[in-house]
Amino acid sequence: MIRSEILREIAPILHDHLVVCNIGLPSQELHMIDDNAKNFYMLGTMGLSSSIGLGLALAQDKTVISIDGDGSVLTNLGTLPTIANNVADNYILLIIDNGSYGSTGDQPTYAGKKTKLENVAKACGCENVVVCQDVDTGKVLQEAIDSKQMTIIVTKCDSGNIKLPVITMDPVVIRDRFMKAVAG
Amino acid sequence: MSISRKIVDDFVANDVSFITTVPCKQLAGVIDEVEARPEIFHIPSNKEDEGMGLCAGAFMGGKRPAIIMQNTAIGVTINTLATLTQYYRMPLPMLISYRGELREPVACQVEMAVHTKALLAQMNIPTYHFHKESDADELDAILKYTFMCNKPVAILTDASFWGGYGDQ
Repeated sequence: MIRSEILREIAPILHDHLVVCNIGLPSQELHMIDDNAKNFYMLGTMGLSSSIGLGLALAQDKTVISIDGDGSVLTNLGTLPTIANNVADNYILLIIDNGSYGSTGDQPTYAGKKTKLENVAKACGCENVVVCQDVDTGKVLQEAIDSKQMTIIVTKCDSGNIKLPVITMDPVVIRDRFMKAVAG
Repeated sequence: MSISRKIVDDFVANDVSFITTVPCKQLAGVIDEVEARPEIFHIPSNKEDEGMGLCAGAFMGGKRPAIIMQNTAIGVTINTLATLTQYYRMPLPMLISYRGELREPVACQVEMAVHTKALLAQMNIPTYHFHKESDADELDAILKYTFMCNKPVAILTDASFWGGYGDQ
């Protein structure tokens, strides 16, 4: 499976929760599959999906799922110790690990070579780290939500993209409707 | 009252309850004070752009955030300020140690000091410079202004404000 196929499969699970979605194609794909007010689309700032999601989870009680990529986590690798040391049991970091920088032309990442992000997360002190294959993402994600324990999921999948348009929604509109959904 | 306590009192009075910090010798006292206050969730960051991401999330979760960092961080965070904090129009008080100003013992700090105000001006970030202790009297108004206009706002605090570097 490629990332967009995983997102399509887990969209019914994501739908009930606050989602912070990574810049570029992941946000465009989620926007196309199931645009709703509980999705926060990142239009810039590669690497910060996990940080925004953690801040959101620490600030309120609803479940927050940050959708990130292996390349983006590598960009902001300092996020993993911060997550490990500031446990929010309403927080799930879903790293879709396709071993490539998908939005920029599928250049390989180090996560697709020697570096194992699941090992990095564990070494940083993250306690619940689950590795799964693409087809199992929905099941693992639902289990993580039900566990009510902060969980890092690394789901391994194929690299590859679909063609779809950029998000033209105004960022302040995205933010405003998201905040209303958070507060609602 | 110590200046660090006064600063954190102003944060608390303005309902700032989520503060991320990246350490600096000048800011050590204020960071200790942030850590000590039960009204504030203190979350140290490994890098300032990460901290701004945490603050963006906390703001959307209903908390008033702030970041405490060195001015060298302006060089690190230009993209985050432009494409996250400003683009989504979020408030962010930035209490910044203005290293490389008068009484600075470390020459390399001057290299970013000479760019600090120019970069902030280029970013259209409202900027306040605390040089004397009484300058901090404006902090309460600056915080109210930040959350009124939903912008990042810079508060530069130089070595003279903090009373120099002791016997360095």
